[in-house]
Amino acid sequence: MSSEKEPLFSSKNLKLLTNPLGSQNPITVQVLGICSALAVTAKLEPAIVMSLSVIFVLIFSNLIISLLRNTIPSRIRIIVQLTIVASLVILVDQVLKAFAYEVSKQLSVFVGLIITNCIIMGRLEAFALGNKPWPSVLDGLGNGAGYGLILVIVAFFRELLGTGNLTLPGIGEIQIIPDALYNAGYVNNGLMILPPMALITVGIIIWVQRSRNKDLIDAS
Amino acid sequence: MENLLNIFVKSIFIENMIFAYFLGMCSYLAVSKTVKTSFGLGIAVVFVLSITVPVNYLLENYILKEGALSWLGEGFEDINLSFLSFIMFIAVIASMVQLVEMIVEKFAPALYTSLGIFLPLIAVNCAILGGSLFMQERAYANIGEAAVFGFGSGVGWLLAIVGIAAIREKIRYSDVPAPLRGLGITFIITGLMGIAFMSFMGIQL
Repeated sequence: MSSEKEPLFSSKNLKLLTNPLGSQNPITVQVLGICSALAVTAKLEPAIVMSLSVIFVLIFSNLIISLLRNTIPSRIRIIVQLTIVASLVILVDQVLKAFAYEVSKQLSVFVGLIITNCIIMGRLEAFALGNKPWPSVLDGLGNGAGYGLILVIVAFFRELLGTGNLTLPGIGEIQIIPDALYNAGYVNNGLMILPPMALITVGIIIWVQRSRNKDLIDAS
Repeated sequence: MENLLNIFVKSIFIENMIFAYFLGMCSYLAVSKTVKTSFGLGIAVVFVLSITVPVNYLLENYILKEGALSWLGEGFEDINLSFLSFIMFIAVIASMVQLVEMIVEKFAPALYTSLGIFLPLIAVNCAILGGSLFMQERAYANIGEAAVFGFGSGVGWLLAIVGIAAIREKIRYSDVPAPLRGLGITFIITGLMGIAFMSFMGIQL
């Protein structure tokens, strides 16, 4: 053990937290966890709840795997990881069913699908298996937040343009587009709520991000 | 029979795994560079889905559901193990994928090498678990319906990945704006394909 103790928020650790928000974003750059990201973004509320669930599962699975990383035989690590993740997801699912039944109905199978969310397996394989617990927790938090960020952006635009309202957890639906605009002839774009538009919105986010950050451009 | 056909068509076109629910997007995006590999992966997904959905259906109806254990006799009627369904489903899926992997390695070694890492990753393909979870949520009436649903969803997935792979092979010769190349344009094309698939909505056989 080194005698010098690394501060909890050294610049290296802080990078773990901030990189996934931008240049290492799990959705737009690493292409992980698209599966569940798109289906829950028709409204803001389920998107926020989903992000929180993923952040929770990601932090704790990273932590547990990182604590166990020297005892797990590498041949059976996928099964071990799946079991740990599945138990955490069952926990989230039961809590949601008990305290936020409406949202849990809206999320339907997508809570269960957190188990197979590539973000979780990807981060466990790529990071938690080779790093100490504290950096793993930060990595989990950072990647979860990066995932949540994209989810919330997509949901914000889809709900705002699709229905003119925003649904926030605990507050409910708020009308954002004023009535005056509707009277002037503004019409909601119903297409935005339909599934294909989630893909196109993410495509546009990727476009914007890559034209601002040329390093990310796909050469092939 | 009509009912089965209806479920089949519905699961391929209307409730397509990719265009309506975005399940299995990770391997969909990663493997869809050439038609040949994506066809192989698609076949593997069809195979795994048509096995795991009926198996999980039996599991759900005879072990996990509330009252499902009543065949064990008195006193087991009100046991509800449905909270265990995630773990049980994923265990069935992981072992089935192992089986498929062994079969493919034995009988189609060329396909095995070209699929590479993606075959074991089918275990964590959302489309597979998603199939089982949708089966649970929609509560199909018998195992035949569940099997047809699993097979149909697999075929829908195969159709989607082969379609996008064909488009991506062609798009290599097009002048796509640099920041959109690769991932971005694939997302947008998938969205457009999804809009096209929405025209099947409301078809009842």
